[in-house]
Amino acid sequence: MIVRLLAEPFDPWQTVQAHQREHLAPGSYGATALFVGTMRDFNQGDTVRGMTLEHYPGMTERYLEDISRQAAARWDILDSLICHRVGPLRPDDPIVLVAVWSAHRAAAFDASRWLMEELKSRAPFWKKEVTAAGERWVENT
Amino acid sequence: MTITVKFFASLREEVGMADLHIDGECAETVAEVWQTATDRAMPANTLMAVNQEYVDAGHPVRDGDEVAFFPPVTGG
Repeated sequence: MIVRLLAEPFDPWQTVQAHQREHLAPGSYGATALFVGTMRDFNQGDTVRGMTLEHYPGMTERYLEDISRQAAARWDILDSLICHRVGPLRPDDPIVLVAVWSAHRAAAFDASRWLMEELKSRAPFWKKEVTAAGERWVENT
Repeated sequence: MTITVKFFASLREEVGMADLHIDGECAETVAEVWQTATDRAMPANTLMAVNQEYVDAGHPVRDGDEVAFFPPVTGG
């Protein structure tokens, strides 16, 4: 169970491969569910040139670790990984990776979906995007 | 002893400061921390945390606490 906040761009696919090599025994898992969120170049009808992700240092990590522990208690999973960018981003940059490993698919699907929804609704991150008209905070929808 | 008050994102910009310290004697609840720290009404959708855990406005505060106010989150 690992949570990482990343100030630099990252490759989610390489991150998943490296995590599997380091933390999961070959043959132990039958299911890996992944969600990758990527920055779009459009929002609410406007072209978006860039974005800054603010967070609450300390609370953000605690919150993500807390939901990771809850997921491990609620579903029969082997491991989970959450990576989330902070700081300046550009379109096409990965923003978030949620990966869950389990013996069978149901637990991996369900736990990864739940983790992502909890992250979206409660994890203290805030997006500020840059459009042609200037900067604006993204509204929670 | 003091209470550390933090603001994030759009709320930080509206209030005009990222953090400050107030006298721990000045507030008994999170709502009173807001009243002591700012000169404006708290927006209805404000989220609050004490020592980095979500709480409601009526939650008690003590000397040494870290109290944070922020708008609805938009990560992921």
